[in-house]
Amino acid sequence: MLENFLTQFWPATVDGLSLGAIYALVALGYTMVYGVLRLINFAHSEVFMVGTVAALFTLTTIGVSSPLGGLALIAMLLFIAVVAIVASGVTAIGLEYIAYRPLRKRGGSRLAALISAIGASLFLQQLFALIVIPQLFSLPQEGGRLPVHSPDWVQRADVINIGDFIVRNDKLLVVVAAVVMMVALDQFVERTRLGRGIRATAQSPENAVLMGVNIDRIITATFAIGGAMAGVAAALYLMRFEETNYFVGFLLGIKAFTAAVLGGIGNLRGALLGGLVLGLIEMYGSAIFGSEWQHVVAFVVLVLVLMFRPTGILGESLQQARA
Amino acid sequence: MRYRAIVRLGVALAATSLVLAACGGGGEETGGGTATGGTSQAAGTVKLGLMGDLTGENSGIVIPLRNAAKMAIEDYNATNPATKIELVEYDSQGVPEQATSLAQQAIKTDKIVGLIGPAFSGESRQADPILEEGTIPSVTASATNPGLAENGWKYWHRIVGNDNSQGSGVADYMTRALGVKKVFVIHDNQEYSKGVADVVIETLKGSGITPQTDVIDPQGSDYASTVNKVKAAAPDAIFYGGYYAQAGRLLKQLRDGGVKAQFLSGDGSLDAGLAKGAGGNNADGAIVSCPCLIDPTGKAGPASKKLSEAYKAKYNAPTAIYVGEGYDAATAFIEAIKNGNTDTESINKYLATIDVPGVTKQIKFAENGEPTTSDVYVYLFKGDSYSLIGNTKDAEKPAA
Repeated sequence: MLENFLTQFWPATVDGLSLGAIYALVALGYTMVYGVLRLINFAHSEVFMVGTVAALFTLTTIGVSSPLGGLALIAMLLFIAVVAIVASGVTAIGLEYIAYRPLRKRGGSRLAALISAIGASLFLQQLFALIVIPQLFSLPQEGGRLPVHSPDWVQRADVINIGDFIVRNDKLLVVVAAVVMMVALDQFVERTRLGRGIRATAQSPENAVLMGVNIDRIITATFAIGGAMAGVAAALYLMRFEETNYFVGFLLGIKAFTAAVLGGIGNLRGALLGGLVLGLIEMYGSAIFGSEWQHVVAFVVLVLVLMFRPTGILGESLQQARA
Repeated sequence: MRYRAIVRLGVALAATSLVLAACGGGGEETGGGTATGGTSQAAGTVKLGLMGDLTGENSGIVIPLRNAAKMAIEDYNATNPATKIELVEYDSQGVPEQATSLAQQAIKTDKIVGLIGPAFSGESRQADPILEEGTIPSVTASATNPGLAENGWKYWHRIVGNDNSQGSGVADYMTRALGVKKVFVIHDNQEYSKGVADVVIETLKGSGITPQTDVIDPQGSDYASTVNKVKAAAPDAIFYGGYYAQAGRLLKQLRDGGVKAQFLSGDGSLDAGLAKGAGGNNADGAIVSCPCLIDPTGKAGPASKKLSEAYKAKYNAPTAIYVGEGYDAATAFIEAIKNGNTDTESINKYLATIDVPGVTKQIKFAENGEPTTSDVYVYLFKGDSYSLIGNTKDAEKPAA
């Protein structure tokens, strides 16, 4: 077991970071919404799924004659990322308007919002399985639950090749893209007016209103940003796996939420850290114990961290982001 | 106040009607519902069930056999017999829990006299005890786990070879025809997958090869750690026990990861979905075994050519996995009903002694329900389709 770990250390590290980067991007959506609204947005996994479907539809519509490499790959990635950002962002905003805002306006309890979130998640899954996917990809109605494959558009090549440390272009792109988005978001929250509004609302909604912050707009922006991050994750996921299905958000959503909690829920940097750490833990655990233990390892670690440090690794919340 | 009450009542009514519609609709979809009812189906029509994954991600394994069975039954009904057969489909999506509740429905509400299926071994394990208790004779055309025959069931039959013969057949083919020295075996811990993989491992051990193993999660999509293990082991061949949705994904990630070793799998992967999931031409050269015979050119006998042509004419699709076996399973029941047996007991008694030629083999069952003859065949993938290489006993390595 241990020798497995040693021989596979570098590949496991590379794969873990690449996997964790996608977790981190999706975790941002969970952590931001929780920081501002104290709501766990269970439907965020479907926001991600919608992004993957939109990106895949774009790919099949454009049509790719042969796998792309280098700059062409990055250009295509950016293009489908924009499409996915729009799709996921719109879905997230739509969710807010339909599933959460009415409850908020009527002073609903947080439990009511949580149940609404679960309902919205199920609704979106089945909507896509029964109607959207068959329509978009010209499948018979029963085919909506099958995985949908994108045309082969990624030319995989090893970018770094130092002995055991081999980094493939798509894995590197995933990590780089995630880190770039994270830094951008972090700066946005710290320096812009809207970011300040988000931090204020996270700290205390009542006082933020007194200070002249438009809470509704802040909340919509929060959902939109979380959705946009999920859209980027969706494009990257499509680059890595070249397929999607109506249920893809489920396991990934749970893992991303775990990552958010691991890093400190409500903490943006915690989402990044939690995602990367979770990815690494899963890969190392798989190398040591066997691939079937991948998920078990992830959740056991979560339980341990929460037992000894309940606020997560970084602990602090959105409202206390370092200036 | 009154307005609120009206709205609440309206919502309650809407919710109730949705639930009722769903229940009714669900019943319709699974094809039970509103037929003649009544406990005695002696005169006119009997109901024959067919259970399997008809809409899930591995439905490619089940839809062809459903089509073949349907064709056999429609041809029989067209001869205007005394007792017609109505085929009732149960979509379990290959999920054992769904299969058990559908089995209950089939026995109690629809009152089927026999069942073709369940299609997968996992769901068979859970649903067959219910069928046995309900004394419903079943003939599965595709559930290949050997353990199913060892339960002492009296009403269970199988028209396809089991994984003991499939696993040992393909392992022998690997050592004899492909000359492999180092093998890596992967499965996804499902009933069928683990079963066939374990037999392959045992047979290889008997030939002096100890394979390395790993297990993937059938619901996950990232097999990176498995790919890393395979790369570290550098085998001559990789055998995957499982279904094509996962096999395709695994093969894609293996090839993308630079693994060029020969890829083999069992009958769960014998579907174009393997090539689609693997993408590009990653599936070219993959060899898949099956206790089933898919033989559109009649290499093994004229009956399969005739069936392939009829299937193609009716469904506008080439013959596929388990078409022959699905046809034979339906034939077994048709013969029973033709000979005047219209209730579960007499059908089961007839099946115990049936001895007629089928498309894939002689339709004859041993005491434990297994077929009396079974051969294992290997198929080579090229592009989106596969072709018969031959019988694992004597086929050679396919030309590069």
